[in-house]
Amino acid sequence: MTFLNYLINGLSLGSVYAIIALGYTMVYGIAKMLNFAHGDIIMVGAYIIYYSMTSFGIDPILSIVISMVLCTVLGVVIERVAYRPLRNASSSLAVLITAIGVSYLLQNTALLMFSANTKTFSSVVAIDPIKLFDGQLTISGEAIVTIAVCIVIMVGLTLFVNKTKAGQAMQAVSEDKGAAQLMGINVNGTIALTFAIGSALAAVAGALMCSTYPNLTPYTGTMPGIKAFVAAVFGGIGSIPGAMIGGLLIGIIEILGKAYISSQLADAIVFAVLIIVLLVKPTGILGKNIQEKV
Amino acid sequence: MKNVWKKVAALCVAAAMAVPFTGCQSNGNSTADNSTGDNAGTAAEGGVLKIGGIGPVTGGAALYGIAVKNAAELAVKEINENGGINGMQVEFKFEDDVHDAEKSVNAYNSLKDWGMQILMGSVTSTPCQAVVEETHNDNMFQLTPSGSAVESIKYDNAFRVCFSDPNQGSASAKYIGENGIASKVAVIYNSSDVYSTGIYEKFAEEAENQPFEIVSAEAFTDDSKSDFTVQITKAKDAGAELVFLPIYFQEASLILQQANSLGYAPKYFGCDGLDGLLDVENFDISLAEGVMLLTPFAADATDDATVSFVKAYTDAYGETPIQFAADAYDALYIIKAAAEKAGITADMSVSDMGTALSKAMTEITVDGLTGSGITWDAAGEPTKEPKAVKIVITEAEDGTKSGAYAAM
Repeated sequence: MTFLNYLINGLSLGSVYAIIALGYTMVYGIAKMLNFAHGDIIMVGAYIIYYSMTSFGIDPILSIVISMVLCTVLGVVIERVAYRPLRNASSSLAVLITAIGVSYLLQNTALLMFSANTKTFSSVVAIDPIKLFDGQLTISGEAIVTIAVCIVIMVGLTLFVNKTKAGQAMQAVSEDKGAAQLMGINVNGTIALTFAIGSALAAVAGALMCSTYPNLTPYTGTMPGIKAFVAAVFGGIGSIPGAMIGGLLIGIIEILGKAYISSQLADAIVFAVLIIVLLVKPTGILGKNIQEKV
Repeated sequence: MKNVWKKVAALCVAAAMAVPFTGCQSNGNSTADNSTGDNAGTAAEGGVLKIGGIGPVTGGAALYGIAVKNAAELAVKEINENGGINGMQVEFKFEDDVHDAEKSVNAYNSLKDWGMQILMGSVTSTPCQAVVEETHNDNMFQLTPSGSAVESIKYDNAFRVCFSDPNQGSASAKYIGENGIASKVAVIYNSSDVYSTGIYEKFAEEAENQPFEIVSAEAFTDDSKSDFTVQITKAKDAGAELVFLPIYFQEASLILQQANSLGYAPKYFGCDGLDGLLDVENFDISLAEGVMLLTPFAADATDDATVSFVKAYTDAYGETPIQFAADAYDALYIIKAAAEKAGITADMSVSDMGTALSKAMTEITVDGLTGSGITWDAAGEPTKEPKAVKIVITEAEDGTKSGAYAAM
């Protein structure tokens, strides 16, 4: 029974990683860049929800919508100002370093605006926990909603990318930017759309992450962001179902490692598993091995 | 146009990098230059004893330095009104170090130029570690009110008023054992933090001698400090009645919430790191009801010494003193006791005074705000009875809750 409890806690933690990883993998898959500021957009999204709920008393669902809109604007602006000018830079390192810069910019701006004081996030989920076996097994409402939202987003994104015109444009841009432009696809517009979707997902991730783990500080997004990045690599970066599987597995491994091996080595275990997976399958669990054209 | 955006991006990055530093710089140049004491009356028969103080009165840790400065000045005033130390009037000067090791050494040097004979400081641990190297070279007597890191007083000339970080661990174990608070104890600590690990190790060591048992000791790290369900479940399954939290309040607030949602309601006991738990915004403080903290000083204690100190402090500065103020107030009276024991006179050299005072420190017993019958060993560590406070939540008629620390 304790094992089942750990497993459920692992799923709950993993679903938080998964929902963040979806945003990472989406942007990476299309724009082929690691948006290290993704974790910090999550933090900004969570602050927007926090203030619209506590200071303005707005309904949680409406707060999330407001946060999604503002995060979308923020994501598009960041892409326009910080990433697009560097897209054709000689080294792909430039944009990676800029992303780290943007991440610090967001953190420090948040530090100035909201101060380092910890804030307790009120849960946006109003579902009672499910108790099984006379209360020995508890599944929190947050975990259920997070997993459900994760699945919905995963299915939605997969359909969007494969079935819509904009989605197919994304695939084309992802495969060959130059050729896509020649075929009349607006490359800049398509990448901006990717960032818009990624940032809106970040707002949802922020809401669900902070509902499960309610401490909100300017650094809230950093560590989960990095873990989610690991999850995305684990599942095969660029693959949408891979991000979800990777996130869930990382969460479960972390919790079970803590419970049955050592609470001090939790992260070491997670990363050891990552190394083994990458040694066996360098593209991650669901990653496709794309041959470079010479 | 393209180049313009490049510049904007570069500026953004530059701004991001500059932001963390500006806060310090804007405060860096101000130096508190207040000396109190009887300047005019230097002709008093015993001469003048010059005591310096160092601590942050600006910057992020200003709260602590200001409390120390205020309380020390209050004590100096009282001591002078009652005839001084060995007939000497005390002159006190406090210098700002902005909680920075280098500035603290600068402050030390400028106090030396002023003629300081005894140092009461530094207030915070890291600057104190830097300054102790200097006082050791000069063999100047140093007493820090609140530098709690082990290294802060590593030489023979340095002593402290507060418990060291690890000693908070043994003091907590003693307190729990001697007061019979629990028989089965679980610990959740941060294995990536010196403060937390130091306390935990001493706690576990002392627990062997105490009538309780540590049934579970689980760690977390700075990289995974949001999910505590495993640690809490283990504590719960092991049947712990009390969870010892030698950690900071941010993580503690998450532990309280997660334990609550797992239906686990043990007693909680923590050290000074939990101070601040009630200030987490939007936190349901009713969860903190009954949380116990090891702290040397509770402003609402009813003994005469505390009551009169709190009243004098509140009258003078318009706010309730925190534990740093009590440490500093005690520090001045400890210096007085040691100086009287050693028969210090104003014409002694700094080094002779240092040797005499260091020897006297191990021989005196002081009753202060932060403990009664305090004694020191040659390493500079105080021995005193630990005191604990409990968080009490009161609910006003309109439903707003407020928390306070009550003596136990």
